[in-house]
Amino acid sequence: MIISIFDYGSGNIKSVSKAVESAANSLQKNVSVQVIHDPKKIKEADKIILPGQGSFKQCAKHLRGIPGVVDELNDFVLNKKKNIFGICVGMQLFADFGEEDGGSKGLGWIQGEVKKIKITNLELKLPHMGWNEIVLKEINPLFQNLSEDKHFYFVHSYEFIAQDQINVAASTFYQDEITVAVFKDNIFGTQFHPEKSQKNGIQILENFISW
Amino acid sequence: MLKKRIIPCLDVKNGRVVKGINFVNLVDAGNPVEQAKIYSDGGADEICFLDITASNENRDILLDTVQKTAEQCFVPLTVGGGVRSIQDIRNLLMAGADKVSINTAAIKNPDLIKEAALQFGSQCIVVAIDAKHVASNKWGVFTHGGRESAELDVLEFALLAENNGAGEILLTSMDKDGTKSGYDLQLTKSMTNSLKIPVVASGGVGTLEHIKDGIVKGGASAVLAASIFHFGEFSISQVKEYLNSENVPVRI
Repeated sequence: MIISIFDYGSGNIKSVSKAVESAANSLQKNVSVQVIHDPKKIKEADKIILPGQGSFKQCAKHLRGIPGVVDELNDFVLNKKKNIFGICVGMQLFADFGEEDGGSKGLGWIQGEVKKIKITNLELKLPHMGWNEIVLKEINPLFQNLSEDKHFYFVHSYEFIAQDQINVAASTFYQDEITVAVFKDNIFGTQFHPEKSQKNGIQILENFISW
Repeated sequence: MLKKRIIPCLDVKNGRVVKGINFVNLVDAGNPVEQAKIYSDGGADEICFLDITASNENRDILLDTVQKTAEQCFVPLTVGGGVRSIQDIRNLLMAGADKVSINTAAIKNPDLIKEAALQFGSQCIVVAIDAKHVASNKWGVFTHGGRESAELDVLEFALLAENNGAGEILLTSMDKDGTKSGYDLQLTKSMTNSLKIPVVASGGVGTLEHIKDGIVKGGASAVLAASIFHFGEFSISQVKEYLNSENVPVRI
């Protein structure tokens, strides 16, 4: 199986690829983890991971700056219906629109917008940074076999506001309830970083490999 | 609920830990990768490397250390020490650091924070401030291990850093550092009251109660400690069990 991490110049790809390799090892599965830059390689993959760090606008700009990438991703996800996993801003890009830095268009795969987390309690800081527990919304193959305490590592100031609640796979509480994972058919994304979330994070990557 | 973070800090020089875990059962007591792994397996919420290598030539050794650590520790890794430019930050992030801590360079050139936040995102830009008490309820920013005054007010500088896009402040009290008498709670509280971004308290921790005070009385989002972990006085899990019993939210 080929799992490709699409690198469009957004930060720390290495931890993602190392974490996927670690997950594959513990499953004893023969997985080739590739970091790809060329959109043409997207179709060679069985599964894609779309990472993303920084601002929505910068990530969208970098991604769209690569000729042909949006068409290849649309073909992979919408026509071929192969599995994709978006991490952090990678997940946010699944939305129609992100308001950060004046706003920009997302990939529009899951209806919704990415907006700044509303905080009125001055004791709560932004970014929402650190370990928080998630609440699962429905049974989902990506959340199998997690430990009882579901802590994951977050660092973000914006949240995915899905139009249809059915696409919300998990949430957490930071003043109010915020969406931290989205799910639709073959599309899955988390606001938290599985590659930085110790055992629970590796478990989700194992689930993605087995999905 | 968001948990308070416990962050062990390792001083690294020429790719070796100089102030680190003093455990006898370590195969190689100076190996930062091995120590970071012990901490991350033991429940550390983040790992912090402080590079105290004096010369530039040894930066490659640091990058190699960061890379090897990031390959084995699946918790966030913050790296600081001698970060001077956008290129330094990029190199560390590419090697696998999740956050980069900027100190002197941010004081000399606050625009570096702005530029770095724009390029890499606020989430990975930590501004480290060494503070010293100068007058009643006033603290000054110091550099060079507390020897030189930067002629800046700590709070004013921290607010500037926040405005420029810093994602977090690592606040070290130079008065308290090494004293084991507890964090400077007044300093910490004055910062956490005024800033919207998280503050990591550092300098002075000697007991479990000090850690609780930094969080509860100081309002810190995270606490950094070195010697209490390194010399085996407390393990990360002991700290967390204590905090949990005191109703401080931590990840167990």
